[in-house]
Amino acid sequence: MSLRLENLTILRDGAPMVVLDRTVAPGEVLSVMGPSGCGKSTLLACLAGALPPVFQARGRVWLDGREITDLPSHARRLGMLFQDDILFPHLSVAGNLGFGLARGVGDRTGAIEDALREAGLEGMGARDPATLSGGQRARVALMRTLLSAPRGLLLDEAFSKLDTDLRAQMRGFVFGRARAHGLPVIMVTHDIEDARAAGGPVVDVMGRAL
Amino acid sequence: MARAGLWAALGLLALPVLAGLAGVIAPAFGYLPALGGTELSLDPWRGLLSWGGLAAAMRLSLTTGVLSTALSLALTFLIVAAWQGTRSFAWVTRALAPMLALPHAAAAFGLAFLIAPSGWIARALSPWATGWERPPDLLIVNDPWGLALVAGLVVKEVPFLLLMTLAALPQADSLRSQMIARGLGYGRVMGWMKVVAPRVYAQIRLPVYAVLAYSMSVVDVALILGPTRPPTLAVQILEWTNHPDLQMRFQAAAGACLQLVLVVGALALWRLAERLVARRGAGWAAGGARGAGADRVLRPLGAGVALATGLAVGLGLAGLLVWSFAGLWRFPALWPDAWGLRNWAGQSDMLARRIWQSAVIALGASVIALALSVAALQAQGARPARIMGLIYLPLIVPQIAFLPGLASFALILGLDGTLLAVMAVHLVFVLPYVYLVLADPWRAWDARAGLVAASLGARPLRVLWAVRLPMLLRALCVAFAVGFATSIAQYLPTLLIGAGRVGTVTTEAVALASSANRRLIGVWAVVQMALPMAVFAACLALPALIWRNRQGMRIG
Repeated sequence: MSLRLENLTILRDGAPMVVLDRTVAPGEVLSVMGPSGCGKSTLLACLAGALPPVFQARGRVWLDGREITDLPSHARRLGMLFQDDILFPHLSVAGNLGFGLARGVGDRTGAIEDALREAGLEGMGARDPATLSGGQRARVALMRTLLSAPRGLLLDEAFSKLDTDLRAQMRGFVFGRARAHGLPVIMVTHDIEDARAAGGPVVDVMGRAL
Repeated sequence: MARAGLWAALGLLALPVLAGLAGVIAPAFGYLPALGGTELSLDPWRGLLSWGGLAAAMRLSLTTGVLSTALSLALTFLIVAAWQGTRSFAWVTRALAPMLALPHAAAAFGLAFLIAPSGWIARALSPWATGWERPPDLLIVNDPWGLALVAGLVVKEVPFLLLMTLAALPQADSLRSQMIARGLGYGRVMGWMKVVAPRVYAQIRLPVYAVLAYSMSVVDVALILGPTRPPTLAVQILEWTNHPDLQMRFQAAAGACLQLVLVVGALALWRLAERLVARRGAGWAAGGARGAGADRVLRPLGAGVALATGLAVGLGLAGLLVWSFAGLWRFPALWPDAWGLRNWAGQSDMLARRIWQSAVIALGASVIALALSVAALQAQGARPARIMGLIYLPLIVPQIAFLPGLASFALILGLDGTLLAVMAVHLVFVLPYVYLVLADPWRAWDARAGLVAASLGARPLRVLWAVRLPMLLRALCVAFAVGFATSIAQYLPTLLIGAGRVGTVTTEAVALASSANRRLIGVWAVVQMALPMAVFAACLALPALIWRNRQGMRIG
């Protein structure tokens, strides 16, 4: 599994704001850094298939040798994590996990229980997500994404709202899972600690190594 | 599919209005083959001009409409300017929803019962203060100047404009602007009027136009509270439309055209006045007068206005309730001598039938309006399409100017007097309100939830059904309740398209306006207010019940 950005260019009013030509290997984390407003989040929106209409994209995106450039969001199989957990407030913890779990999985209850155990949330399936702590919610969001069997992960400042201890813990958890599942990861962040912890290459939005 | 919904919604709004206008303009010039009018002529206009009350009726429409709109707007701004950001203001906003659910006619009946010579106010003051042993012979309700009509309109339009203003406040950055003005030494009210009011007004301009057009051409409230000889133009047009001599329909059509011209003219004048006020206001704002002392007068005044409006409606409704259970009730006595269920029992069959018909019509129209609104909003994406401004068309073109034309078409097609036709014409007025109530929360929804759902593999339709609609359940319920209340409140559409065979609690109640039977009016007006209120309560309770175990679904 790998994620390839082939001469991916995002233009605003005809001027390029993002230019990337890279391949992210399975289990590798590509960190994209830069100040706010530089186009980091636009890059992820583009990869997720939700580029706002004021931008234009050129180039191609490949995931596992399959071109996904023009696929709708739901068909890309790229999981997303934001700085907010975006758990669906109307569903229980298990409901959120079930929403992510791919169709066609036989033992859904078992799969959800396994995921809860893996995240250290055993027996919390029936809980209202609003009653969980910030760290617990972030783990549920990650497990929800992993249960959808993604082929890659997109992290949009995913750790920036957690406090310092929790952040280190959560980074380890996310990168560990990604490595275990062999998922290519693109992370945008403004925090150099995030990029260091990821251990992979670090670039700016124009593809220059930092 | 969603695109289709957008166009269906717009077509549904624009077509009936345009067809109805055509169906009024043609007979105004003598053309209506169904009634033998096959040649163009100016006879309908000659007939109209020869009616002695025309000048007075036109003047009444103009004065009551403009006066009630200007007064409602001024009072709304006063209340917000004086009290925004305080705890009492939060209280006022919570009282708004039930006030809006209340049909105009019920509020008008309540007010009439309150201020009439034999009403509660006179009773409370008699005989100790007034010396009246029997109701005085005063024309308070139905006064020739239309003041009671203006009052009846104001108590309903202030809550409406208040709601529209509340929705516009965040975009006007009102709290911070007012704070800065106060820091510069301005009084609360003065600062708000100079800094926030211009921005808020620009946002609520269309609702204000709708209030002006409505107030100038309203029929049901005018039948209850308005002058009678002559009545307002709209009431007279209805009288001609329902005249046993069918030839009067031509004259009615000419009158409807005149009403339209009158409303368009008033809107143009209003627009001109806007410019004038804007120019003068800019100089006034730059003049630097702080008005810090004015708050001492204006703040209590604002509170008084809000309280008086609430009391007028609240006591009015209580009065209706008391009358509906009253037996003998002699004049200066504050309470009836005898109570009973006789008034209700006598009406039970008719009540059951009319409640059933009202509920079916309102339910159908609101559900369809909700589906169309969701489709139209889904089709537009993040940015509102400019063309959706058309949504105000049925709210700005006076009902009396196009519904008679629509009724003629329904008659020709044999659709008049059917439940479906009445439901369809209600939809024309329900849809704009449902759409307007739903649009803001729809757009305020965090789109990242949709992106996350899609990245988990959910198709757009599943994102809509499984994520967006459940998360917006409360807004959907409120929109439905507003639609239901709007439908229940419709008088003219039901009367004209229902053709006497389909009726609702509102047509039944308003039909009693000219009778002196207060007990019967009490019964029907109570039902008319209770029906939308009950639905409103249920629609607020439902999401709270469904999401009782979901803290994230509570309103912040």
